[in-house]
Amino acid sequence: MDKPFAITLDVGTSLANHTGSWRTNRPVYLSRKPPCNHQCPAGENIQAWLFLAESGNYEGAWRKLVEDNPFPAIMGRACYHTCEGACNRGQLDAAVGINSVEHFLGDQAIARGWKFIAPSVKSGKKVMVVGAGPSGLSAAYHLAMQGHSVTIFEAGPLPGGMMRFGIPQYRLPRDVIDAEVQRVVDLGVQINYNTKISNVLQAKQQGGFDAVFLAVGAHIAKRAYIPAGDSAHVLDAVSVLRSMEGEDKPLLGRKVVVYGGGNTAIDVARTAKRLGATESIIVYRRNREKMPAHDFELEEALQEGVLVKWLSTIKQAGESSITVEKMALDDQGFPQPTGEFETLEADSVVLALGQDVDLSLIDGVPGLVVQDGVVQVNAQMMTGHAGIFAGGDMVPAERNITVGIGHGKKAARNIDAWLRGTVYKPAPQAEVAGFEKLNTWYYSDAPKTVRPVLDIIRRQSTFEEVQGGLDESNALFEARRCLSCGNCFECDNCYGVCPDNAVVKLGPGKGFEFNYDYCKGCGICVSECPCGAIKMVPEEI
Amino acid sequence: MEQATVKFYQTGTFTVGNRLLAPEQRSVQAGPQRRNSLNSGHRACQGCGEALGARYAIDAAMAATNGQLIAANATGCLEVFSTPYPETSWQMPWVHSLFGNAAAVATGIAAAMKAKGRSEVRVVAQGGDGGTTDIGFGCLSGMFERNDDVLYICYDNEAYMNTGVQRSSATPPAARTATTMPVGPNPGNDFGQGKSVPLIAMAHEIPYVATATVADLRDLERKVTKAMSIHGARYIHIFVPCPLGWGAPSQDTIKLSRLAVESGIFPVFEAEAGEVTGVRKIRRQIPIEDYLRPQRRFAHLFGKHPDVATIARLQARADRNIRRFGLLGE
Repeated sequence: MDKPFAITLDVGTSLANHTGSWRTNRPVYLSRKPPCNHQCPAGENIQAWLFLAESGNYEGAWRKLVEDNPFPAIMGRACYHTCEGACNRGQLDAAVGINSVEHFLGDQAIARGWKFIAPSVKSGKKVMVVGAGPSGLSAAYHLAMQGHSVTIFEAGPLPGGMMRFGIPQYRLPRDVIDAEVQRVVDLGVQINYNTKISNVLQAKQQGGFDAVFLAVGAHIAKRAYIPAGDSAHVLDAVSVLRSMEGEDKPLLGRKVVVYGGGNTAIDVARTAKRLGATESIIVYRRNREKMPAHDFELEEALQEGVLVKWLSTIKQAGESSITVEKMALDDQGFPQPTGEFETLEADSVVLALGQDVDLSLIDGVPGLVVQDGVVQVNAQMMTGHAGIFAGGDMVPAERNITVGIGHGKKAARNIDAWLRGTVYKPAPQAEVAGFEKLNTWYYSDAPKTVRPVLDIIRRQSTFEEVQGGLDESNALFEARRCLSCGNCFECDNCYGVCPDNAVVKLGPGKGFEFNYDYCKGCGICVSECPCGAIKMVPEEI
Repeated sequence: MEQATVKFYQTGTFTVGNRLLAPEQRSVQAGPQRRNSLNSGHRACQGCGEALGARYAIDAAMAATNGQLIAANATGCLEVFSTPYPETSWQMPWVHSLFGNAAAVATGIAAAMKAKGRSEVRVVAQGGDGGTTDIGFGCLSGMFERNDDVLYICYDNEAYMNTGVQRSSATPPAARTATTMPVGPNPGNDFGQGKSVPLIAMAHEIPYVATATVADLRDLERKVTKAMSIHGARYIHIFVPCPLGWGAPSQDTIKLSRLAVESGIFPVFEAEAGEVTGVRKIRRQIPIEDYLRPQRRFAHLFGKHPDVATIARLQARADRNIRRFGLLGE
């Protein structure tokens, strides 16, 4: 004992005192699913690619994006971005402009010539895809990335399907489609144009294909019976939009009436305006609240001078005029005739009443079930005939490009598994990171950056792209508005706010871990995590 | 040293770190090699605001002095939970003497360092609100008056928590403690008593006085760093919620600090030579109820028959701070 007076013990560090034994709940890191990802029909990991874009790593962001969707530049223009409706930031100030950042990344990839990296190992399996629309191209891309040999059979002369023949140029310039499709072709995907498949089983056998993905879309315009004089000029929306791609633009006249309330009706009305119509009128049987078209498209159309005749049906079409009947909504919201009639001047009437699927290629395929005009598929996207899968507009689902691209990805994963003799099992879904999981105090205040919109006069007369892109500084700003819901973005809050220094910082990109020797389980890290990437769980006692 | 203007980087400087900021713009606490001057294994309660505030402040002071720092500590929670014999959580030279003499001990250390010609060694004194506003107040005022070269840091949790939540002169009106009226028409601490040591420190016209909270790390670190760049008597008053004494959930420590600032009841400002030179503006103003309601020490104000009059008096105190320090606006 060589110690001063009254000192009997050696001084030691408090590290000997493992305060973790006090704990009844422990914090754990987790990854929740951001609402945008949850909403995306193409299953994009939006939060992950925004995270990469935030630091200016645009190529990394683009590569993350194309793991799920090979067409960012197309998506950035033509996707209805329902992700933004789900965005938690919408409850704070305004949703993150996900679509505009995607647009920017897509354009960067084209400008800088980023290419897909083909897999080094080939499976030796051959897959036949029917239709070079969004769904077929998406499936072909994913199958090619999995090492399969893919051949697409396309009835038309050009790729893109409804992206080309359904969406007007002012929304989706054609060079964008060409650039993004070329990237898929560069992967080794063979596209045979002007090749209509009339018998799918025969084609499969002749080509020696191991599996088939059908994605022919829905191209046959629905008709409504309208008594029309011989001289009445009645067209359908599909053929009007399709003929926009050819040399001879459709002749619609000065006064054009479009019949229908979907996005296609609006596309035709806006196209008519650009072709020189003085009046472009949409006749729709219900009201604005009930209209299936997206409100922003309607808004843009109204700005361009398109008129809408609400609650009206066309009773008769003549040479230069039509007769419409006023409707009233009943208690169930269905339109009922009122017996009041009105005459509108019209040089042509374009019917935009929806489309049916051309099912001729699957006539007589055993096991395959068609119901309500669409092909029935199971959870693996496979039809009743083993080895034949289907997706896009020809199966029961909402019809838009993004859904089609999502079907292509899902089908490709299932086809890949089927070719290996297994069944694809999707990863278990994490819980969604709702707004209540966030601590939004920590995010800087920042309103949304709006993409420049083409001048109204030019929009009424030309087919130039209406919505421009963001420049780099704006895109970066927009990406950084992401709240990173449910996924750690390394803000160091947990590391800083722990009163017991029980959080270990592992370094950039590696995140953090808890030192449970000292964590007392106070839960400050959980309540101060901005993005909801930590939760408390009871200790097992 | 002014607050660096940070461009829009997702969270700016609200969070502890920010991977998008240049390393030199990041906080001390975000550093992977931070000192942890107050180390793990201390016996503070779960969610202790004082333990957090002490590490924030002393790490920043250590960084500012390149580790050449000695601390004198008053009796109180901080002393008790960090140094149960023979353990210590302090990774620095640290002295405890009595409850009331931390300022005087620090003055002595500073004088000794001066006598030895060790001008690079700096001194901090620290204590809770009891050791600062009540028991150690005479020594503190003397230290201010002599302008001794010491930074005194008070960790204010608004009562004597270590001994069982007795009232101090920093206890707010209406808050229940073990030594205030438990029942009657107006339970809890009286209105009109207590004192604001930051304002008293300013009256001494010492070089630097500041208030801070554990809810704004960047502001706290900046103020400590600034204080360490100045010689003479300096005083920083840090608001540190006490889950045990306030009857609040342990995970709400930082949230309560934030609500205290956003309601205006705790003004965050700094002053040089007796004049206010900067205030932290309220970002998202809240009514005082939002701050009071989560705390059981104010539970008697709510319940079936809310004590609207008392809540209004507390709101008036917050409003007075907002007027007096100009806490609203850009």
